[in-house]
Amino acid sequence: MKKVYKIQLIGVGGQGTIKASTIVGEAAMKKKLNVVMSEVHGMSQRGGTVVTELKIGDAYSPLVEEGAADLMIAFEPAEALRALNKINKESFVIVNSSPIIPFTVSLGISEYPDLSSVFKELRVKISNLLVIDAQKIAKEAGSIISENMVLLGAAVATPNFPIEKDLIIQSMKENLPPQSIETNLKAFEMGFKEVKM
Amino acid sequence: MKAKEILTGKEGGNLFLLGNEAAVRGALESGVSVACTYPGTPSSEIGDVFYKIAQDAGVYFEFSSNEKVALEVSAAAASAGLRSFVFMKHVGLNVAADSFMSAVYIGVKGGMIVLSADDPSMYSSQNEQDNRIMARLAGIPLLEPSNPQEVKDLMKFGFELSEQFKIPVLMRTTTRISHMRGVVDLGPVVKGKKEGFFKKDPAQYVVMPAYVVKMRKKLMEKLEKIEEVANNFPLNKIIDRGGKALGIVTSGGAFNYVMDVVSENNLKVKILKLAFSHPFPEKLVLDFINSVDNILVVEEVEPVMEKEVLTIIGKYNITKKAYGKLDGTLPRIYEYNPDIVSEGMAKAVDEELIKREKFSTKLPLPLRPPVLCPGCPHRATFFALKKAIKKLKLKEEDIIYSSDIGCYALAIQAPYKMADYSISMGSSIGIGCGFAKATNQKVISFIGDSTFFHAGIPPLINAVHNKDNILIVILDNRITGMTGGQTNPGVPIDGMGNPAPEVSIEDIARGTGAGFVKTIDPIDLKKTEEIFKEALQFKGVAVVITKHPCAMITDAENRKKGISIKYTIKQEECTKCLICVKNFTCPAFFIKKDGSVSINPLLCDGCGVCVQVCPKKAIEVKK
Repeated sequence: MKKVYKIQLIGVGGQGTIKASTIVGEAAMKKKLNVVMSEVHGMSQRGGTVVTELKIGDAYSPLVEEGAADLMIAFEPAEALRALNKINKESFVIVNSSPIIPFTVSLGISEYPDLSSVFKELRVKISNLLVIDAQKIAKEAGSIISENMVLLGAAVATPNFPIEKDLIIQSMKENLPPQSIETNLKAFEMGFKEVKM
Repeated sequence: MKAKEILTGKEGGNLFLLGNEAAVRGALESGVSVACTYPGTPSSEIGDVFYKIAQDAGVYFEFSSNEKVALEVSAAAASAGLRSFVFMKHVGLNVAADSFMSAVYIGVKGGMIVLSADDPSMYSSQNEQDNRIMARLAGIPLLEPSNPQEVKDLMKFGFELSEQFKIPVLMRTTTRISHMRGVVDLGPVVKGKKEGFFKKDPAQYVVMPAYVVKMRKKLMEKLEKIEEVANNFPLNKIIDRGGKALGIVTSGGAFNYVMDVVSENNLKVKILKLAFSHPFPEKLVLDFINSVDNILVVEEVEPVMEKEVLTIIGKYNITKKAYGKLDGTLPRIYEYNPDIVSEGMAKAVDEELIKREKFSTKLPLPLRPPVLCPGCPHRATFFALKKAIKKLKLKEEDIIYSSDIGCYALAIQAPYKMADYSISMGSSIGIGCGFAKATNQKVISFIGDSTFFHAGIPPLINAVHNKDNILIVILDNRITGMTGGQTNPGVPIDGMGNPAPEVSIEDIARGTGAGFVKTIDPIDLKKTEEIFKEALQFKGVAVVITKHPCAMITDAENRKKGISIKYTIKQEECTKCLICVKNFTCPAFFIKKDGSVSINPLLCDGCGVCVQVCPKKAIEVKK
């Protein structure tokens, strides 16, 4: 493993970004790796952008340096662009293709970028890009709420991901409600299979 | 991980804890008996955890009505020999300051820790004050943890120190420490004393001038002795990376950035990390300064330690360069991150540090400001009030909306634009009193239930007594909403989860003698509008209480009962007038590419207020 593996997650309030990050963090702990994580709480969470950052390995600060993320999981396409400063052309980037359009767009005070240009821009910049329709896959798995686990599944399948799948699954079982674990595991597996890099 | 594990986690094990959660575990491992707070980001999760575990832990916990009361409850418990823990956001310490300053003079018997969660970059706050300065103003020992493990360790040390020197101890965290997760090794949980006993001693516990004169002298003597402890404290440590050209003095979150930059660039520097930073350990720092060529101070937010270092340099006639904020090496404002610290350090070491290519985009990015949730009753209050104002033909420029600290301040956004002035908890009414005297404009003050209990009552009394002409809208959503949904004195449940008397806002308002007091459920838009019309025409103090549970409460109740009501638009009847989208602005509504209006069923809360808003009756329950 690299000395420090750096993960950037970005999404919108309510998408389960923090939950997905915590699962990774606790799985890293199971592997006896040092792990630090930063999450967003409070006012910034009300429908706003949610950012979590993780460093696994020999690191003190949880904040990922600009251009230094080994992996980025964007839970929303426009949000992938918002965190562009954290990635480089070698980063593995997983993007959910389902947009969440904020009310500011309906009000005409902000603009949502054209989706095809979002993906085009990402493709030009990044070699290891995976765009997946996590919403559709989650629905197939049984619940749209499992979107975050679809994305997590894909992340775990990327080549340099430092934690084994079974440890992540163990951590999922400890962090998700028992009544939804079956759906979440299914969503996770479906996400995992999306990666053919 | 579940909250209960913070209590039940076994000695020798470990947990992946937030800094805030680690603070709770630290208190539990120290035998804390009393914990109290007024919720405020970034400290709120500390109280949320106590709320869930206090009963099982045998700890008394309360959501006090404000930070000053919380500090007083904590100080009294500590003077009765119990270990107590009071925690708040940085500006909460301003509210508590009057008692805080004197509590330090008086001292304690049982250990007492005051935790202030500062918010550099103001993610959820009204200012960026650095409460390390507050420690110096009060003369209180100060601890600055850098990660969750240290939060826990310093809690335990803090209680010991507090008891040894009979003085409260201040712990200062920042957002990045409060909301940082890390691996925390667990020690044994210790049961606190069940009951204290207050041994009378007015000369120690009453701040009469004759007594405080002596207390002041004693405090300075204490601090001198405490400085000796800081000089020898093992967590005030030197990390030697094999060079003496530059010595870095740092603390808290800034230490983490320094370490990552040093490691990544393999810099040969010496680092002095201060976890116990007030009284400033002069001897330790002096020896450190003497062991290096030049010094860089890296800290968030104010140049507090930098000035201490410069004082030492001046006092001992040292000729060395001190880099920091004051000479522009590092920025004076906002929180740091590894990139900012790297840029500053590059200047101090005078070499190129690793800098990566930074991508950016020219594409537009949608704004996602925090918004009132779908189903939020405040939206109904604002919509009805806006209508009443329009019907009475009042001009917007003739109205001053004095808002407060809470979700309702989000009405600052278009189309409501109903927040013109807001500075602190409870300020809406006091500021309203001032505007009522200074101008001829109509004054409308907005305040939430919890904020009213916190600091809204004295200014309401002021408004009545001084015959102000003001409309006070108390948005009672039966919860402390903005911080995540804590109980407050207006709800029939206390911090232990036990049944508690509900304090009536309406009775308080009537008790002040306000001439117009009415309570209404804002979900009924028509009636609410009528009451606002009356209230707006009332001469004197008019109080309108709009009372309806927060959408977080109703959502949770509906989930429990298995109720799921969603609304939808009858497209054949919709004329696309867009009142629902542009005037009501429920975030569940959106305009599709073809121009039709739609409701996102994932976001719709089922409150049904939109049905009353739609002039064409084109919104119905989804079958």
